[in-house]
Amino acid sequence: MAAPVILKQGKFLIASMQPAPSDADLVLLRNALVQQVSRSRSRGVIIDVTSLDVIDSFATRTLRDIAHMIRLRGAETVIVGIQPEVAFAMVQLGLVLEDVATTLDLEEGIAYLDVKTAK
Amino acid sequence: MRHGAGSCPEAGGASSNPLLGHPLNTHSDELEVIIKINSEDDILSARQKARTLALGAGFSLTDATLVATAVSELARNIILYARQGEIEEKIVRGSDRVGIVIVARDGGPGIHDVERAMQIGYSTSRSLGLGLPGVKRLMDDFEIVSKAGQGTIVTARKWKR
Repeated sequence: MAAPVILKQGKFLIASMQPAPSDADLVLLRNALVQQVSRSRSRGVIIDVTSLDVIDSFATRTLRDIAHMIRLRGAETVIVGIQPEVAFAMVQLGLVLEDVATTLDLEEGIAYLDVKTAK
Repeated sequence: MRHGAGSCPEAGGASSNPLLGHPLNTHSDELEVIIKINSEDDILSARQKARTLALGAGFSLTDATLVATAVSELARNIILYARQGEIEEKIVRGSDRVGIVIVARDGGPGIHDVERAMQIGYSTSRSLGLGLPGVKRLMDDFEIVSKAGQGTIVTARKWKR
């Protein structure tokens, strides 16, 4: 997979995950987001996982880590676009995102962050 | 030590040491791949091939995803615990049903306490994954054969619905 695609849109960062990321790709994304969220002074981060056909234990843990790190940097994270069969597999496997916010799609994710970061 | 659920006649054989040999194939079958697992990137190819095989055999998208996720975890276990090994994936055709069999083999340290490893949430490696109980839930049949110092073979199967 190529370098993670991270776009700045208003006060949010939007990271669209490319299909079939390796473990190394996930770590790259984590590092890039944690760096960029402060550099761009973003209030929120949206991670779009619509294209992922498997979210395994490593991906789950990395997504959770990203959200926690972003929170420590003073911003909010939302994971959007988990596919129905992926959600099914995650639950069967026993994977949990714990307190990480999720929404159906990008539009819902932006709406969530708008509320969450409103002052 | 063995811990099984359901029957997996392909796993091990009655004849020889199950940790050494491949299951006997009575005929060559094109719907079968063996992926060497030597690095984290191999985890990705193993699960993608499993998904392709399952979809090609007519599995639903959901079931193909469950199988691919199980393969991802089994391959990850190989990297974490044994560093290298292989994953065999094959389509099996019974008289009235079609299934996919996943065999994960490694020559690593083996699992000392298989019963304990099959307990929910038990993991010995930095809590990555939920380990084998989760994989078992993703599949229909699951069997593990492990010998300390010799390695581990996990055989799991899912039937097309």
